[in-house]
Amino acid sequence: MIPAPLSLKNPQAVDEAAVPVLPIPAFRDAVLLAVKEGARLSAFFGRLINGKQVKVYALLAHDETGECAAIGTMVQDSYPSLTPECPQAHWFERELAEQFAIKPAGHPWLKPLRHHRNYRGASDLWPGQDAASPIPGSYPFFHVKGSEIHEVAVGPVHAGIIEPGHFRFQCHGERVLHLEIQLGYQHRGIERMLAGGLSQRMSVLAESIAGDTVIGHALAFCEVMESLGGCQISPRAQALRGIALELERLANHVGDLGALGTDVGFLPAAAYFGRLRGECLNLLMELTGSRYGRSFLRAGGVLHDLSGVLLVDFEKRMKRAQKELRTFARMLFDTPSVIDRFEGTGMLTEQVSEELGLVGPAARACGSHRDIRHDHPSGIYQFAHLPMMTADTGDVHARALIRWLEAERSLEFLLEQLTSLPEGELRVPCPQMKADSVAFSMVEGWRGEIVHVVMTDAKGGIARYKIVDPSFHNWMGLAMALRNGEISDFPLCNKSFNLSYAGHDL
Amino acid sequence: MLNIIATRIEQGCRTLAFPGAEAKLPERFRGRPTIDSKQCPANCQQCAEACPTQAIQANGTVQLDLGRCLFCQECVMACPEQAITYTADFRLAATTRKSLILRSDEIPKVLALEEKTRRLFGRSLKLREVCAGSCNGCEMELQALNNVVFDLGRFGIQFVASPRHADGLIVTGPVTENMRTALLKTYEAVPSPKLVIAVGACAISGGPFRDGPEVYNGAEQFLPVDLYIPGCPPHPLTILDGMLRLLGRIENGTR
Repeated sequence: MIPAPLSLKNPQAVDEAAVPVLPIPAFRDAVLLAVKEGARLSAFFGRLINGKQVKVYALLAHDETGECAAIGTMVQDSYPSLTPECPQAHWFERELAEQFAIKPAGHPWLKPLRHHRNYRGASDLWPGQDAASPIPGSYPFFHVKGSEIHEVAVGPVHAGIIEPGHFRFQCHGERVLHLEIQLGYQHRGIERMLAGGLSQRMSVLAESIAGDTVIGHALAFCEVMESLGGCQISPRAQALRGIALELERLANHVGDLGALGTDVGFLPAAAYFGRLRGECLNLLMELTGSRYGRSFLRAGGVLHDLSGVLLVDFEKRMKRAQKELRTFARMLFDTPSVIDRFEGTGMLTEQVSEELGLVGPAARACGSHRDIRHDHPSGIYQFAHLPMMTADTGDVHARALIRWLEAERSLEFLLEQLTSLPEGELRVPCPQMKADSVAFSMVEGWRGEIVHVVMTDAKGGIARYKIVDPSFHNWMGLAMALRNGEISDFPLCNKSFNLSYAGHDL
Repeated sequence: MLNIIATRIEQGCRTLAFPGAEAKLPERFRGRPTIDSKQCPANCQQCAEACPTQAIQANGTVQLDLGRCLFCQECVMACPEQAITYTADFRLAATTRKSLILRSDEIPKVLALEEKTRRLFGRSLKLREVCAGSCNGCEMELQALNNVVFDLGRFGIQFVASPRHADGLIVTGPVTENMRTALLKTYEAVPSPKLVIAVGACAISGGPFRDGPEVYNGAEQFLPVDLYIPGCPPHPLTILDGMLRLLGRIENGTR
């Protein structure tokens, strides 16, 4: 009899031996069946066992029931790829192939994701690569053939102040037939540094996965550490963490609305939203001492309180921000030239969103109902509910609209929390991590679902640290949104997703 | 249309009066740290041991390397005697790496460019930014310089799209193996004379990624750095202050 997947609640730590290990065909069938029945592949990754074999784990999220399921399988050198039947696995399988040199046989587009040597010490799967200095862009791209087809190559160094990545467009005139996105330039080896590295550096590393999602990743890090240590943080610390997370969401959503204004040449929006974003960052700085909330969350709680004069000041400034947000958003969404550029640009259907397993505002803009705060709540979100915002057109307009609506909901949440902050210790000691365990946490960052999975060894040290940034799910969504669109719409589409290169590349 | 004009009137001018009026940062803001080694108990190493990036050496007296500092407050929390405190001073930039090593209450020094270079760049400086493995934190603060509050353009400083139009590079990130070639090629494409400004702990020393498996420890291993701007990420005012001092538009010792 084949064991059923292990059912888990976010965040949770269990004995690693409790995760059922299935033979490869049964593992494959179980994942495919779960996804067919509506589950999402939240994480799919390997861990090296005895320096040779690779144990592959799948973490499946069942949003309807609020549960997750974990299963594993042992792989030697190869296994039949899931991607042809489950496009959600595409990026994950490429990552697995690159990290452990195991081949997902039958993968339709097997090439490196980040360009680094594998962790198994085996020979890499990509022959002909310049091993001494692998450059991400040096690998062949998907090619459209035809006498009138031309290619456009952009990056890694872009025109603006943004992160590096390479975009390869196959065009017929202005029309984009295919866009391939090659990342990896930002690869810093964070997962490896978190496993077995300097213990005093772990928190700052987690905060540096993506510098625009400091709170989101730090929260996922803290929750996974607290699960492994069996640590219960106070209600006050939970509420303060929620306040920081929503401030981060607010700052980024507001900033994105301004940037979308820039990209369609509507400068008033750029100026006013840009300043309002600064105000949100300044509030985060008042609370945490850093504009991005660095060194605020630590395992066991938070490092600063919100009380007295600061609390009064926060309420005043947030009410003003609420009024300004409404004014600026009306101005943006009531301007016909803006709407003309937003509507119908970079359209994605709900079906594509479901197949690719998109997350966050990009998924909700297509009508996919998913939000960790709602489906798999932890911390303050178990007690305070934020309504889930969705749209159904899946275009730039929908992605902009979701940001506005979510920013409004975040402000309402913040104002509510300010008047009802519970009591409690800011920080409690976090006990030693349990040995031979596995723990995971999920956080709805401003871009979507952040997943951290940690596995401990027999001594309670970290044997494997897996991070899934929301961008990891969503880059393929951007590539699909460009199909049959105009190449000149790329900056606007790109901004409407605003994905993280650093979070993807790790 | 009327709505846009009404909002414009209501918003007014939001640009910071900097330099000139003193910019006030919140009480919790972690700017330039000060050290009082007289407070240190004998043989105490707690700040050095707590520091995530080994920025601190404590051998009787405490030395703090601002180029490695992430402004994370672990040392402050570890210290039994409050020998290290953060001030709200945002002036952190320096023209030499050595000047970033703090021993007491000193402000790192920026030596203005020599006369000839200053004549070239003083009132018009075009910079190309290269992100070489940063987390995007420094990028966001560089972008913030373009917003209406900091309004970098009023100083004649501008970020440009092409290295061939630039007078220098701003480098962020520890320099990843995968960005090394692109960084060097971009540098080559900038016409001489050219400046290099390292922004953030990563570009100066590798930051939290120091000695990581896929990174180098900052831009200095590859390029001659003219200005170091510490922080994780540096506040926009720290960057602005550093650039204006380099151009001789703010004198040392003033705000």
